[in-house]
Amino acid sequence: MKIKMLFSIVSVLLVTAFFASACAAGGGDTIKIGINAEITGDKPKVGEQSKFAAEMYVKEINEAGGIDVGGKNYKLELIIEDNNATAEGAAAAANKLISQDNILAMVGPNPSNAAVPAGEVANNLETPMISPWSTNPNTTLNRPWVFRAPFLDPFQGPVVANFATNKFNATKACVLFDIASDYPKGLADNFKEAWEKLHGAGSVAKFESFTTGDQDFSAQLTSIKSSGCEVLFTPQYYQEVPLIVSQAKDLGLDVPIVGSDSWGDPQLLELCGSDCEGAYFSTHYVASGATGATKDFIDKYNVAYKYIPGDVAALTWDSMMLVTQAIKNCGKITGNLTDDRTCIRDGMAKIKDFDGITGKMTFDAQGDPIKCAVIVQIQKGEFIAYDSACP
Amino acid sequence: MTLDFFIQNFINAMQWGSFLALIAVGYTLVYGVLLLINFAHGDIFMVGAYTGYFIGTFLTNNFEIKLPFDLPSWVVIPLTIVATMFITALVGVAIERIAYRPLRNRGAHRLYLVITALMFGLLLEYGNLALLGASDRQFPNLFDKIIYSIGGITVTNIKIYVILLSFLIMGILWWIVQKTRWGMAMRAISYDRLAVPLMGISVDQIILFTFVLGSSMAALAGIMYGTAFPILRFNMGMLVGWQAFIAAVVGGIGSIRGAMVGGYILGFTQIFVAAFLPSTYRDLIAFVVLLLILAIKPTGLFGVPRRTKV
Repeated sequence: MKIKMLFSIVSVLLVTAFFASACAAGGGDTIKIGINAEITGDKPKVGEQSKFAAEMYVKEINEAGGIDVGGKNYKLELIIEDNNATAEGAAAAANKLISQDNILAMVGPNPSNAAVPAGEVANNLETPMISPWSTNPNTTLNRPWVFRAPFLDPFQGPVVANFATNKFNATKACVLFDIASDYPKGLADNFKEAWEKLHGAGSVAKFESFTTGDQDFSAQLTSIKSSGCEVLFTPQYYQEVPLIVSQAKDLGLDVPIVGSDSWGDPQLLELCGSDCEGAYFSTHYVASGATGATKDFIDKYNVAYKYIPGDVAALTWDSMMLVTQAIKNCGKITGNLTDDRTCIRDGMAKIKDFDGITGKMTFDAQGDPIKCAVIVQIQKGEFIAYDSACP
Repeated sequence: MTLDFFIQNFINAMQWGSFLALIAVGYTLVYGVLLLINFAHGDIFMVGAYTGYFIGTFLTNNFEIKLPFDLPSWVVIPLTIVATMFITALVGVAIERIAYRPLRNRGAHRLYLVITALMFGLLLEYGNLALLGASDRQFPNLFDKIIYSIGGITVTNIKIYVILLSFLIMGILWWIVQKTRWGMAMRAISYDRLAVPLMGISVDQIILFTFVLGSSMAALAGIMYGTAFPILRFNMGMLVGWQAFIAAVVGGIGSIRGAMVGGYILGFTQIFVAAFLPSTYRDLIAFVVLLLILAIKPTGLFGVPRRTKV
């Protein structure tokens, strides 16, 4: 344990020394951006993807000559801190980045358990922070200095409701969800609220539930069939989705089935087979079939790190772009930390119709992006981007 | 509510009840002979489903190791069933030899046997998790699914097979227990454990036979369950196992007829509550109904109160 700690201290020192020397060697003007990432702990892959995407972004910007702020060129400099994927680690890393490393903005942490406490630190020390991956409302709630890149779950419900309304001309929807699990329960409620806002009270004809571990949904699906719904929404994980979809078919329920970002697991394709063909769900980003800037990003990442990046990498890329945009919006770097941080925060809040690789976004008053979700269709055993649904 | 809706739910309930009844019969068999609540039975059912998965995947040539030729489905299905029943029966017998018999021979109290059974169930579950990992598996398609629609009612051939096979199996089981010499010995043990060895019947052999019977039933249930609900997880046996156990108790544990009736009662209440009332209340209402039955008849519907011999 001690040796491990010593190692991490030494490596942090080395990294810092490396960056310090790089900075000294490079000379000129740099803008420091802190990365608060999960390098160790129980989500190393998340931190790794986030770190890789950020490094790739900075390399690209610097090779192109840096960013132009008020007529002057600045290079970006990354300072990476490990938060060990814990609340304490995230708060400590945020403290260090802000107080000692004098960063102008912080990207990360990613998971909500780390992003919520780090957001508290960033907000108290008045430094702009953006979390690429946290979907918990508390991360940004009443914290003017904290932003995020993904959409929130209370946002996803309306997104799906709108999509299903437009795509299938549906006015009557049914929901089937696991009442014993937080995510499906919350999202089912959000969807119901959004649907009833669109189509009036009672337009969610059936709001059927089951409990975790159930495998027989025939009773619920029979009720749904007899209610004459035009679309079925089921915000479930890959364990239940294949069973729900195939049992619906067996019972002759041939309405379109729509899901949420929990569907976006490769295991779903494996387990569902041909039954899920043609089904739609909403998510942050989809790798296969991506076009334009998103495809460029995936290809570059794949070449550099030899695997297809997940949503956290794409969202980190967008977060870096958002920070850059905020600096540009700010328009000048004075060298006074307090002024520059305030200026960048204001620049971030001003962002409108920003073109990210996970979609266009505009921040609301709470620092949460108003952005389109990707609607994915399952085609020939692959997730294919079908459309983007906007609120 | 229309007639179609009622009939559709009736068929759904028949399928679900059949599974519960098949597994409940496994609990009741062992209890009838040993007075042991074999809590590992739900997990033996899981072992059956996984064994069926491996054999079925291998025989349909979807496994890593390939057969040099493709087998027709009329060979694959019986072969899968027989091999799965055989292997699962071996597992059941192994549990009895490793865990229960040494304790029984030392005269341990039945309570310790029940706890051992619980532990062995968990051991099977987490052994599976450690060996095969947390990812779910898809049960192979042993035959093509056909969907029949008659009016507003839709039935798959799988549902029909499950219901018919369950009745057939339970009929065979009833015949074995009631009409054969082995069955007579089983019943004899449950009447008087001490007198049976004096008649020249090996109690250990009969117990072994009971486990073979119970485990191969669980294997069959596992294959049918896998065909109907083709997603396998390491803990799939737990929830179904508990529900089936409750069904066995409601029917009167120890009685085969009781386990069947209990299984269908639980299946029907669960499906019909979910169909006609908000599905959130399904298990709450279903288990309240069962509690009421037990409150009126504490030994279960077909149970006979046992007198303790002094």
